[in-house]
Amino acid sequence: MRRACVVLVAATLVAVTACSGQGGAATGEIAAAPSDPAKVSGGITVLTNRTDQIADGSLKKYAAEFNKVYPGVKVKFEGLTDYEGEAKIRMNTENYGDVLLIPNSLSVEQYPNFFAPLGNSIALSEKFDYTSHATVDGKVYGLANIGVANGFVYNKAVWEKAGIKAWPATPEEFIADLETIKAKTDAVPYYTNYKDGWPLTNWTNAIGSPSCDSGSYDRLAKTKEPWSSGSDLYAIDGLLYSIVEKKLAEPDPTTTNWEDSKAQIGSGKVASMWLGSWAISQMRTGAEAAGKNPDDIAFMPFPVQHDGTYCSVLRPDYQYAVNAHSDNKEAARAWLDWYITKSGQAASEGSISAVKGAPLPDTLKAFSDNDVTMIPQSQEDIVEVNKIDKASEIGITAQGYRQKLVDIARGAADGDMDSYFGELNGKWAEAQQTLGG
Amino acid sequence: MTVVHNTRAEGPAADRRSAPPPEPAPGRPRAGRRRRTAALTPWLFLAAPLALLLMFTFLPVADMIGYSFTDWDGISPARSYVGGENYTDLVTRPARFEVFVVSGFYLAASFLQIALALYFATVLSFNTRFRNLFKGLLFFPYLINGVAVGFVFLYFFQPDGTLDTLLRLVGAEGRHLWLGDPDLANPSLAGVSVWRFMGLNMVLFLGAIQSIPPHLYEAAELDGANRWQQFRHIIAPSIKPIISLSFILAVSGSLAVFEIPYIMTGGANGTETFVIQTVKLAFQFDKVGLASASAVVLLILILLITWVQRRLFPEERVELS
Repeated sequence: MRRACVVLVAATLVAVTACSGQGGAATGEIAAAPSDPAKVSGGITVLTNRTDQIADGSLKKYAAEFNKVYPGVKVKFEGLTDYEGEAKIRMNTENYGDVLLIPNSLSVEQYPNFFAPLGNSIALSEKFDYTSHATVDGKVYGLANIGVANGFVYNKAVWEKAGIKAWPATPEEFIADLETIKAKTDAVPYYTNYKDGWPLTNWTNAIGSPSCDSGSYDRLAKTKEPWSSGSDLYAIDGLLYSIVEKKLAEPDPTTTNWEDSKAQIGSGKVASMWLGSWAISQMRTGAEAAGKNPDDIAFMPFPVQHDGTYCSVLRPDYQYAVNAHSDNKEAARAWLDWYITKSGQAASEGSISAVKGAPLPDTLKAFSDNDVTMIPQSQEDIVEVNKIDKASEIGITAQGYRQKLVDIARGAADGDMDSYFGELNGKWAEAQQTLGG
Repeated sequence: MTVVHNTRAEGPAADRRSAPPPEPAPGRPRAGRRRRTAALTPWLFLAAPLALLLMFTFLPVADMIGYSFTDWDGISPARSYVGGENYTDLVTRPARFEVFVVSGFYLAASFLQIALALYFATVLSFNTRFRNLFKGLLFFPYLINGVAVGFVFLYFFQPDGTLDTLLRLVGAEGRHLWLGDPDLANPSLAGVSVWRFMGLNMVLFLGAIQSIPPHLYEAAELDGANRWQQFRHIIAPSIKPIISLSFILAVSGSLAVFEIPYIMTGGANGTETFVIQTVKLAFQFDKVGLASASAVVLLILILLITWVQRRLFPEERVELS
């Protein structure tokens, strides 16, 4: 009975991979933006994870707008509910839409096999943020529509009830504030979302915030021991460790529930969670559903200051790319450019546009009011960082190692913060040495 | 599952069988051909299931063994042959086998599961009131899909959840972190596994028990044997092959636990099993080659243990008279 699982896993392994033998060589022809909108014609299919936007018709409206400029292009949308899983499997064929989002699990050096280059990295980086996240050999393969700032989503009403008005300026102050909340209110000061796991991976996105350095993520490739005192990961994971160790997180992390957590922070049962700016609107909806004021939900940066200002790194959301096997690359590129620069989709959803110089959305008003420095995270060396990460089997973008950190902090696993950081440092250094040597 | 496949697969073949037989023709050569067709018939029946078996079991396994000698990452078109490197990596890092400790919990639980199944099967094989209802109730969990079971028990084990409330009703106070406490997490998960698979064992035993001729019980009763003695000297010996089969399935099953811990904890909090570790290697760390090698190692381990078990407890033919 249960043995069937082995066969199942084995079969899945093969099923996912069996068709990958082919992979017609991509030509490397640049998907250039058309010079004359009237002359572009053809039908394109856009793969999207936003099935909600298909359902409420807003994507159709964007397509209609687009057709006013490009009357010859017919845009069709295809929504994938399990985007990551389905897109990756479809990419084993040549039929994966004309415009698509680059799945997160695909490593950068494979982009040229699947996507058409969009242009020279120097030229594009002047116009768009985050191009370094999808650059291989000086060519850009994907453009992000929106960026995500990272920080704590918190319930302002609860924090004010505990008498806290200002953002904490150091990790110690942050812990002290959480302790005050625990003492003065009934709220759980911090919610880890340990069971669902992926919310824990948001902590990794903070790399660069404590040091206020956009190159911090890249430096992981050269750093031998990323979890040593003074580093970003030390500050980030150390803060999480202290929160859990001082019993400021939920009592049983193993039975948390992401969907419930939205209502809990909305209704003030939970005071804060570390997430991205994308979560603000979801939490506000959660607050509304719980019958509370959505404006109670606020956002604060990582509690470290440099010369009196906070810092928050920005990372791209899904990047849009053009299928290397597309027959209508020009039309695909036209849609991609129009969607990112002209559609106004980012602003209407309260997200940060990836176009350079675009104003910040309302959701981050507190950030601009307090002069939070926003720096786009550079990922020029992401290929090497990923290689080391995978070889070391730590998985800084996965939940496993941070779940272990929480386990140690709450006394459910052996060791303490120093011993665990030492172990992680050892693994990282070893993998780096194996790959380098 | 196999049963369903077989029945479906044999459908077309059976149809062909029921078509009007070819008209009898005189002469020897015809008869020879008919004999040849007759020899072919069983193979026609077997063709569909065999094709499915080949396509979905043996071919993937062969592929997997092939991958285990490469450094393939799961998506790139290129993969290079690395010989036995994946296997040496597995063997030289004993930490990879530490997860088998977790299997111990499931193994212990499966003994409990078999004992419970035997008990219920025996009780229900006698003339118990509402026996069919109880059979259904006990078998029911096996019919629920694993994901649903996982989610149901997540709520069941929550602090102040169903289990805590039930315990409070009977006077046992206190909040327990059934999944959060590392000493309780694995037994809790193993308990779910017992709940889910006990019914299946019970049905297997029940089937075997029902094949025991009733006159044996009558004779035993006349001789003054009580229920326990009937179980000890009639039932247990008669269903010995099924019991030993259950143990083989229990051992291999507990080495390859996956569904329940993967859904309920994702392998966190010290509940990671060998298969979860393998899945992580393949899909999280892009080491499909290494993961295939671990899957092969698990397959070999299970075959080995089954073989040892068969040597220690050889199959005996049970004569019922």
